[in-house]
Amino acid sequence: MATILAVDDSASMRQMVSFTLKGAGYTVVEAVDGVDALNKAKTQKFDCVVTDVNMPNKDGITLIKDLRALPDFKFIPMLMLTTESGMDKKQAGKAAGATGWIVKPFNPDQLLKTIKKVLG
Amino acid sequence: MAEEAKQIENEEAEEKKIENLVQFLSFTLGDEEYGVDILSVQEIRSWEPVSRIPNVPDYEKGVVNLRGAIVPIIDLRERFGLGHLEYSPLTVVVVLQMQTKEGQARVMGVVVDSVSDVIDVDKKTIQDAPNFGTKVSTEFINGLASVNDRMVMILDVEKLLKLDDLGDEDES
Amino acid sequence: MSIDMEQFHQVFFEESFEGLDIMETGLLNLDMGDVDEEDINTIFRAAHSIKGGSGTFGFTSVSDFTHVMETLLDEMRDGRRQVTQVAIDVLLGSVDCLKEMLTAIQDGEDVDTARVSEYQKALEVELNGSSSEPQVTEEIVKESPVEVISEQGWQIAFSPHSHLLKTGNDPVRMFRELSSLGNLKTTVDLQGVPDFYELDPEECHLSWKLELVGNIQEQEIDDIFDWVEDDCDLSIQTISDQSIEAPVVSQPQIEAVELPSQAESEKENTIAISTKPKAKKKAKESTKPAAKTSSSIRVDTGKIDTLINMVGELVITQSMLSLVGENFELNKLDQLTNGLSQLERHTRELQESVMNIRMLPINFVFSRFPRLVHDLSTKLDKKIELVLIGENTEVDKTVVELLSDPLVHLVRNSLDHGIEMPADRVAIGKPETGTITLEAYHRGGNIVIEVRDDGKGLNKEVLKAKAIEKGLIEEDAVLTDKQIFELIFMAGFSTAEKLTDVSGRGVGMDVVRRNIQSLGGNIEISSELGKGSTIAIHLPLTLAILDGQSIAVGGERFIIPLGAILESVNVTEEMINRVAGKGETFRLRDEYLPIVRMHEIFDIKTEATKLTEGLVVVVDGQGMRCGLFIDDLLGQQQVVIKSLEANYRKIEGVSGATILGDGSVALILDIPGLVRLSNQ
Repeated sequence: MATILAVDDSASMRQMVSFTLKGAGYTVVEAVDGVDALNKAKTQKFDCVVTDVNMPNKDGITLIKDLRALPDFKFIPMLMLTTESGMDKKQAGKAAGATGWIVKPFNPDQLLKTIKKVLG
Repeated sequence: MAEEAKQIENEEAEEKKIENLVQFLSFTLGDEEYGVDILSVQEIRSWEPVSRIPNVPDYEKGVVNLRGAIVPIIDLRERFGLGHLEYSPLTVVVVLQMQTKEGQARVMGVVVDSVSDVIDVDKKTIQDAPNFGTKVSTEFINGLASVNDRMVMILDVEKLLKLDDLGDEDES
Repeated sequence: MSIDMEQFHQVFFEESFEGLDIMETGLLNLDMGDVDEEDINTIFRAAHSIKGGSGTFGFTSVSDFTHVMETLLDEMRDGRRQVTQVAIDVLLGSVDCLKEMLTAIQDGEDVDTARVSEYQKALEVELNGSSSEPQVTEEIVKESPVEVISEQGWQIAFSPHSHLLKTGNDPVRMFRELSSLGNLKTTVDLQGVPDFYELDPEECHLSWKLELVGNIQEQEIDDIFDWVEDDCDLSIQTISDQSIEAPVVSQPQIEAVELPSQAESEKENTIAISTKPKAKKKAKESTKPAAKTSSSIRVDTGKIDTLINMVGELVITQSMLSLVGENFELNKLDQLTNGLSQLERHTRELQESVMNIRMLPINFVFSRFPRLVHDLSTKLDKKIELVLIGENTEVDKTVVELLSDPLVHLVRNSLDHGIEMPADRVAIGKPETGTITLEAYHRGGNIVIEVRDDGKGLNKEVLKAKAIEKGLIEEDAVLTDKQIFELIFMAGFSTAEKLTDVSGRGVGMDVVRRNIQSLGGNIEISSELGKGSTIAIHLPLTLAILDGQSIAVGGERFIIPLGAILESVNVTEEMINRVAGKGETFRLRDEYLPIVRMHEIFDIKTEATKLTEGLVVVVDGQGMRCGLFIDDLLGQQQVVIKSLEANYRKIEGVSGATILGDGSVALILDIPGLVRLSNQ
């Protein structure tokens, strides 16, 4: 089963995402911010990245941009978790190379559906 | 069919009896026999020297280390005004415990002459404690049970463990 | 799939409260003239996280409320909005309100909606200049999107831009989704594919013409292309009546039946899924248990690593010792003693590290003061700068928790009675802005917390007159400066000329002192008229471990807290002074100290009843010094404090008990209590 990198500075959101995906059989690696995520991405391959946008130490959009520059992350789906008020972030995220987004608030079912969608 | 029904009836009666049965640990102080609810007995130990506590009533013998907890030891004989008996290695300490309202366990050891028995008592046969001529204040007695023609005074462990009030009494 | 979201609530509450603290600190630190973008960003991020989390975990009232705050902060962050004091105050109020909301939800209580809407209005006024409700209209628009349904189906022209694949999007995936909506027919257009030699395999050169047949909403198709809208040329049109015939006829019957049915079942799924959370939320709101959270502590992972290392060492020592013990011969004695001393060292270190886990930086208490000072100085029209020093000084969790109230009282006092009005300060040549300093530092086994102000200081004459007036001291009493300052700790003494709602609510300094004493500490005051006051609180670092001196009285052993011992003296006959009716004193250098005979007040039989036969230990209990007459000093050791009250009750003159190396119990003496006892 696929390995997913889940990035969020909020522990509760991170736990929720991770718990949901693990429950569906995915392997999940958690990262607490962009810097942490990038470090983990350099040592391991992932099939998908799910990241929060607003984070200290490298936000989600910069993270996506940096990840796309890594050979292993050129084509994999990268999703951002964004709030409705952050719709302008979508543009910035797309420009950075994001595959798509999941709009907060979302429930575990919506998350899973979207992940299944991009991972086939 | 009828027999079967009878059997069920019997079983039910038996069950009811068991339901009403309460077990007490009985011990003696002088000539009198007392009982405490077996569920409040944590363990039975032999007497060992205590660390004395200053300025408390004589019956509060002191405290011991019971697996890391500081536990007071009360001489029940003296508490009930039955006089003092020299302690020997055969002297018995019954460690009692109960839950306080705050949900914490409170533990205390009581010195008794000897532990006699575990007795089964039908709840219904426990009588209210009359104000009879014993020296023990009926304050600590929940009721009387008679077991094999012996009279056992059932103690109220909760009241027994409430030392704070006693302390206040002494201060006044 | 159903996941119990409640399991994440505790973490959510914890991080939200942390976020609120960050917001509060951030807001208080905002420099109106020169706003640092990163500062606002930090505040914004905290609000944003709370909003996201509360939305996800179903606390809609919280997320709605935070939304307004977030919008306001967002505009400040972008520089679209000036950062004003008014706005900051409104935001600070909202932080409080959010705190209350979250606490109420956490405790399973009802949220005070009147209060919430009051703050929400204030926020909206700040945001829009009026309390209009733009959000509602926005939502109405959202709830009723224009529904376009084509019963025949749709014709889609989809030409991805060449970089589409590099966004992680895959046309095949989108087609798969489309086919779940209805009967999909794809025609690929290869025209854009370049020459083989020019072909970049990482780019997308294909485009498609798609026909999707079925009773499908346009929105459903839009959703699928939502992510790639800007990465492709896309046109979606309904299939006209003429063109529909061809695909339907050309499609094999079997497929036409199969795909829509799949779509239908999928749709059922979505419905089932989307209704679930709603039902769940309702149930949660009504049956939320009022579970109080157990006391927990956040521990730095570094501390845990240290612990693990210690345990590792301990295991090694243990296995070494058991090797020695297996075939013990006398020539291994050295190894054994070595091993034992190693074991002792490791055990001690382990104990220290475990105690260290309970240590929290004093900042947990200090952090609430910027807000308090900000609010109070505004209220009192005073200008005050708060300086915090040594916030990272660590102290036991229990101490941290119990220290809060006394400190609040002291800081309020300084603000209210200490610091003068700005005009008064200028008039006497002081800077207009007063300074209150909170400083924490370690000294010996104690932590010292000082509250300093550069206000008017304590007036000794006034204090004395007041005490005489209240009948607390005799008119002709001769008092040292220190004793005069001590007066303010006496019950029934209040220097405030009038009671204000800031301080002086009848809860006086006597209560503060009692609280500190109950923690095993003491409190000292020094002051200079016109220059300010300093109040210093001395507290033991931890309430669980104590450096003790064991002493012997008769056959019994007691522990005196090492910090209370000043010295021990062999008293000679000529030092002793017996005053009829007033007990014994002895002269120590220039001072006469009362003697407390331990064997008498604790009623212990001992041989040493003459003062010259034993030892007098000079102890200090909250400023009261006395000589404790004992038989002998034994050793010094660290003892673990055990409560006497857990199973027993409080004993005057005793602060607790400990278990000695031989398993017996020794009482720990409470010096101030002993002094009181001896005075009775």
